[in-house]
Amino acid sequence: MEIALESTAPSPNRLKPLRGIKVEIAGQPASSGGCGTTGGEGKASCGSSDGPDDMSPEIWEKVKNHPCYSEEAHHHYARMHVAVAPACNIQCNYCNRKYDCSNESRPGVVSQKLTPEQAVKKVIAVASEIPQMTVLGIAGPGDALASPQKTFETFRMLQEQAPDIKLCLSTNGLALPDYVDEIAKYNVDHVTITINMIDAAVGEKIYPWIFYNHKRYYGREAAQILTDRQMLGLEMLTARGILTKINSVLIPGINDEHLYEVNRAVKSRGAFLHNIMPLISEAEHGTVFGLTGQRGPSAQELKDVQDACMGGANLMRHCRQCRADAVGLLGEDRSDEFTLDKIEEMDVVYDLEKRRAYQEKVEEERQSQHQAKVDALSASIDAQNIDGISLDPEMRVMVAVATEGHGKVNQHFGHATEFQIFELTAGSATFVGHRRVDLYCQGGFGEDEQLPSIVNAINDCHAVLVAKIGACPRDELKAAGIEPVDQYAHEFIEKAALNWFSDYRSRVANGEITHQPRGDAAIRQGAFMAA
Amino acid sequence: MAYKIVGSQCTGCSACEPECPNEAIYEKNGVFYIKPEKCTECIGHFDEAQCVAACPVDKTCIIDTAYPRYQAT
Repeated sequence: MEIALESTAPSPNRLKPLRGIKVEIAGQPASSGGCGTTGGEGKASCGSSDGPDDMSPEIWEKVKNHPCYSEEAHHHYARMHVAVAPACNIQCNYCNRKYDCSNESRPGVVSQKLTPEQAVKKVIAVASEIPQMTVLGIAGPGDALASPQKTFETFRMLQEQAPDIKLCLSTNGLALPDYVDEIAKYNVDHVTITINMIDAAVGEKIYPWIFYNHKRYYGREAAQILTDRQMLGLEMLTARGILTKINSVLIPGINDEHLYEVNRAVKSRGAFLHNIMPLISEAEHGTVFGLTGQRGPSAQELKDVQDACMGGANLMRHCRQCRADAVGLLGEDRSDEFTLDKIEEMDVVYDLEKRRAYQEKVEEERQSQHQAKVDALSASIDAQNIDGISLDPEMRVMVAVATEGHGKVNQHFGHATEFQIFELTAGSATFVGHRRVDLYCQGGFGEDEQLPSIVNAINDCHAVLVAKIGACPRDELKAAGIEPVDQYAHEFIEKAALNWFSDYRSRVANGEITHQPRGDAAIRQGAFMAA
Repeated sequence: MAYKIVGSQCTGCSACEPECPNEAIYEKNGVFYIKPEKCTECIGHFDEAQCVAACPVDKTCIIDTAYPRYQAT
């Protein structure tokens, strides 16, 4: 993929405030913010904002330990998907079913398809081994509602055997209006709908056909039926108080500008969260887009669309585009530990009390971590001037952070398989996404050929904050114009980033360094293929 | 004639199975098959063969010329 090295002009909506967005759900006003961490308030949030103060108790109860709906929760709570519903009722140009669905699961890996009974067995086994696993989703590899019997049979059994696990499903929405009541019956709190367009003229470039009411529809007619059904289904879910997340695949040149309209349309129908994901497109996936050379977006293109949509439906920025049978925390996949053969050998006891006790501990740790971060941030430097030199208040940069959790800068550069990206302004550090990279350090030695790909992935960042970094990558990052920063090791990310930023601005102000705009960065197309 | 499923093309997704009005489709080792004696090519049921319309892979559900054309009674 070719990447323009000049950064694109910021969209007019980029400077809009992140917080204070109101969303009406089931007639009840609930406020929620975007993905933001402001220096002053010290709040970490993503889509669902950060805590019980920001939304109605009912909504908070639904999102607080759902890793996909709460950015903060995803560091503490795990989810799993079971592939019980392999059939699909539409064809997308970014999906090749002969290979596997490239945007919903990792391509080339044939999922182990499960019967509802096998799926329930697997869920119980995982829930016993991983007590912080709180969410079970049915997300393909097909459409959860194209095989409604299998999906609902799985839900029915789980509701009986593991009543504390939240159920959610993902659908393209075509069959959704027919099953909203069934979904409500099983207390499904969360439904994800993939909506890539609200205009059939755009839709016909994404969907060649749909199968609906015993008939195949093509082109614009197919896209019109699909969008009508998606909007109807979304409205019906909202009316029943079910939280919805809208997934949109950003396809440059096809729906990039259109996604702003999608965002407004789904927001007006009560969508809780909007997740704009980059198209994954490679010829070897055998998809229509892969074969026609349709490229995925660069990091800057993705961010521009996400930023333009701010102020509408809340944006999810922590999506890892996980596979349809993933197990564990977002960004990790422990599905290998829970294959059918291994489950057979496990001695599984589903202990509701034990799970509850463990989750209470997780919640305690989460609370104390949150408080520590708030305290740390209130002590962070938000300088307007240092030593009498006034700092540029308009400056805005991005930094990459190596972290292994707990909200801290605590990972060695060479051990990072992904970086968290924060956008910094005077007084605010806002989480804007992740970048997957190849592991630099393998067996104690840095792999020099990996470094350029890491630089490509974080090329739009002015600095990379790490716990530690070797001499070689340090020099090469510097040469690429990215400042390696290890003096804030083991500090909270936002505090570290803001303190570095104050220092950076003061160095710019006193002429020690010159502030230069960064270029664009690449989204690694194969990033989701390897663990 | 009846329809048949090209085994090497079948992804085993099961989209066709519930759509068949004759319950002619069954699974074996992760791949789906059509019982030719049960297949009516959807004549009298639908305008188009449901297995063909539902299948995500082109040219997977095809006419099996080894069987005579179905005659609606």
